[in-house]
Amino acid sequence: MIRYIGRRLLLILPTIFVPLILVFLMLRLAPGDPAAQILGDQATPDQVAALRHDMGLDQPLVVQFVFWLKGVLTLHLGASFFFRQPVIDILPSYAFVTIQVALLALFIALVVGACAGVAAALKRDTPIDRGLVALAVLGLSLPEFWFALLLIFLFAVTWRIFPVAGYVAPSEGLVASFMTIALPAIALGLRQSALMTRMMRSSMLDVMSEPYIATARAQGLPERRVVLRYALRVAAAPFVTVAGLSASHLLSGAVAIELIFSLPGLGKLLIDAVGRRDYPVVEGAVLAIAIMLAILNLAIDLLYALLDPRVRLS
Amino acid sequence: MNALATILEVRGLSVSLPIGGKLTPVVTDMNLSIARGEAVALVGESGCGKSMTARAIIGLPPPGAEIAGSIVLKGQELTQLTPSERRRIGGREIGFIFQEPMTSLHPTLSIGAQMTDGLRYHLGLSRTAALERARELLDRVGIPRGRDILAGHAHQLSGGMRQRVVIAMAIACGPSLVIADEPTTALDVTIQAQVLDLLARMREELGLAMLYITHDLEVVADFCDRAIVMYAGDRVEDGQPEQCLTRPRHPYTSGLVAAIPRMGGTSARLSPIPGQVPPVGAWPAGCRFAPRCAIADEICATRPVFDAGVRCWRPLASPAP
Amino acid sequence: MSPPEKLLEARDLAKTFGKVAAVRGVSFALRRGETFGIVGESGSGKSTLARLLLRLIEPSGGGVHFRGRDLTSLGREEMRRERRHIQMIFQDPFGSLNPRMTVGELVAEPMHAHDIGERGDRGARALKLLDEVGLPAAAGARYPHEFSGGQRQRIAIARALASEPALIVADEPVSALDVSVQAQVLNLLLDLKERHGMTLLFISHDLRVVEFICDRIAVMYLGEIVELGDKAAICGEPRHPYTQALFASAPGRPKTARLAGEIPNAADVPSGCAFRTRCPRAFDRCAIDHPPLRALGGERFAACHLVEPAAEAVS
Repeated sequence: MIRYIGRRLLLILPTIFVPLILVFLMLRLAPGDPAAQILGDQATPDQVAALRHDMGLDQPLVVQFVFWLKGVLTLHLGASFFFRQPVIDILPSYAFVTIQVALLALFIALVVGACAGVAAALKRDTPIDRGLVALAVLGLSLPEFWFALLLIFLFAVTWRIFPVAGYVAPSEGLVASFMTIALPAIALGLRQSALMTRMMRSSMLDVMSEPYIATARAQGLPERRVVLRYALRVAAAPFVTVAGLSASHLLSGAVAIELIFSLPGLGKLLIDAVGRRDYPVVEGAVLAIAIMLAILNLAIDLLYALLDPRVRLS
Repeated sequence: MNALATILEVRGLSVSLPIGGKLTPVVTDMNLSIARGEAVALVGESGCGKSMTARAIIGLPPPGAEIAGSIVLKGQELTQLTPSERRRIGGREIGFIFQEPMTSLHPTLSIGAQMTDGLRYHLGLSRTAALERARELLDRVGIPRGRDILAGHAHQLSGGMRQRVVIAMAIACGPSLVIADEPTTALDVTIQAQVLDLLARMREELGLAMLYITHDLEVVADFCDRAIVMYAGDRVEDGQPEQCLTRPRHPYTSGLVAAIPRMGGTSARLSPIPGQVPPVGAWPAGCRFAPRCAIADEICATRPVFDAGVRCWRPLASPAP
Repeated sequence: MSPPEKLLEARDLAKTFGKVAAVRGVSFALRRGETFGIVGESGSGKSTLARLLLRLIEPSGGGVHFRGRDLTSLGREEMRRERRHIQMIFQDPFGSLNPRMTVGELVAEPMHAHDIGERGDRGARALKLLDEVGLPAAAGARYPHEFSGGQRQRIAIARALASEPALIVADEPVSALDVSVQAQVLNLLLDLKERHGMTLLFISHDLRVVEFICDRIAVMYLGEIVELGDKAAICGEPRHPYTQALFASAPGRPKTARLAGEIPNAADVPSGCAFRTRCPRAFDRCAIDHPPLRALGGERFAACHLVEPAAEAVS
């Protein structure tokens, strides 16, 4: 098991560095000069050149990359051109918002998807099954932003249950904070739950026809026990894989959702920073997202190994 | 036969399945009884209804199946019970051994967890007591080092070992009847022989009634006291295995036996039964074997009754008294 | 009497998959026109051997000589042309029949691939082959999934016959079939073999079937041939302890010897004689010396220290 974890940890590194290198190159090679942007229209070419030198932008790309890499490894991500403070100090509060929304969305997707999928499988070919499958198809065909706007219109504008937009930190009141992330999370999570419902349903149907389920039933164990202990355990494995993919999707989906709901998360930070050509912040935000994705994938792999001893032992 | 010794009594059992939206019979008018310590073979080719009969007895028919008739286990009418009562009794009183040892054990639960679940549920044993009992059971079916096996998983065991584990699970709660559905078909011959020996020993030691389902009468000829041959959902012959092999009375039994290559045989060609088994739902109205039968005549258009151990209007030479 | 012509000869054929030694130094010769059986339990390497003979997988050592040519030395295109003469039938015919082709197209396909006969005649010839395996002409226009297991095996046989092979390798061809259908297919194979003068290599775990259909039999254990000889000799008076135990386990045989344990892992073959861990008669030497397959006289071979070659065979 320890060797397995070690191998997985090694595999994480490229998933973090490849996106970072791409971002580094893309920003450096794109037209537009951050120094000129920071100084504004009134700046003289000399001033711009001086600032470029200060920021190291006049160095060759390779040198910039080595400096940058050294910075990344020691968590010195540079200072934001815009906020004028170290990137590492800016990131946590934004990342926290994104993690909050994504985790709640994942939770909704998993719970709704698993329950609906299992229910549809056990009630196969009944109106319950057909209704759930139809809902899942409908859910998959609705774009997220449209769904988000619909939720805002119904729950925030018409019934005034949730705030329309904005964010309240948990330190300023747990309930109020929860209310601000609830709608974004539902918008993100419900759509993903449609995918998971279908996955869980077909996975459960496969498992329920396996001979070992017949063995458990022939032992006279109650059906509840057969489903919960024998079938779910196996059906969960492909479900976990899809949940992993889905979670990556949730993170990227959070970017769009944060804009709609004006949440101060990594997505919003990233979009704003790109507009301001604030390189260090863009890189920092991408690094944060890449690390979150990598940790997520590792967690999925470990969960998979926990569910299936064959993975662990091979 | 002593009524008290009868473990299982099946009378007029019929099973129908929804096929293409229509309820279609797959087993009709099935009778069988098994006494304590007796082993009965249920013999036939695929689709003859032998496995469906077993699934009806244990109470696990496919969804939508309709079952009529009576199934009495140790004096209790099983068809009158609610599904959950039925399953509970089935699990405790009937052990079931499946054909595929490779897939009949759970892939990710430990062997110990699978073996102890039934023990804890039916006998109310504690976890430790159930594990200890599981170890004894493994010992009994010829698996030493039971503790290591209990902590392991199915994929770590060979086919023969898995089938031993399945047998141990089947006898775990002290059942009075064990149903074995082709338990050795997927195994190699040398392992097949070991497993048959084990089943015979268990039957003797525990006084089990056994229903042994097979497509190959020769495999169980030594093992079973009686053989019931099935064709297209019907019981066509009921007799001693040796007699079915050497002096069959139903033309189908005769054809089935002649189609098996015999060790030490000298004939240049086998004698296959002409044609094919009619599919479920397309059975002839009279004798279901008549279209393939060499000696069928007009009377065979009428359904024969089961009489003197055979369902045939023109039975072959009668058995020696 | 002149010695029978060798159609195919395996010389010290071996195949390892990583650490697993699936086939370990197998040599034997197929005579033209005979039915040669290979029996063994799962893990004996019999199916790997069949694939090696057809070069469906590349051997790790040794060679296969077919009609005097070394198949292992042939290039891709030469090998493809040679395949016309060696056809294979599998246990599950469904897996080898393209579901989107009609049965007529499936049977005609090898004729196109090997350019046999006039293009316009191939359809008619396919129907003739279907008739020969006992299927009606109407079957040609239907698809494989519309047929039962036994009928599918007939289709696979018709397809194998289409390229007019000299050798058919059948790997468990009747194992998935019901007894009465199995008898039909076995009879069919015998009829066709006689009519077309083919050689048949028949691989099976079912001793009764092998005894019925084969002229000579090789018994495999853990990647090696442990005994080889005439059907009557192998089934009637087996000499190798494994063959003896194997046939004693067969249905319808008096239950005398029982083998303990199971076939060892091919990744960890026992030293000396591979069978010694289960052999009731193993002694010290068996753990040290590997017994070679030795002639016992009368065209019989066995690999066991306890089986003495007959005097005339030694000289």
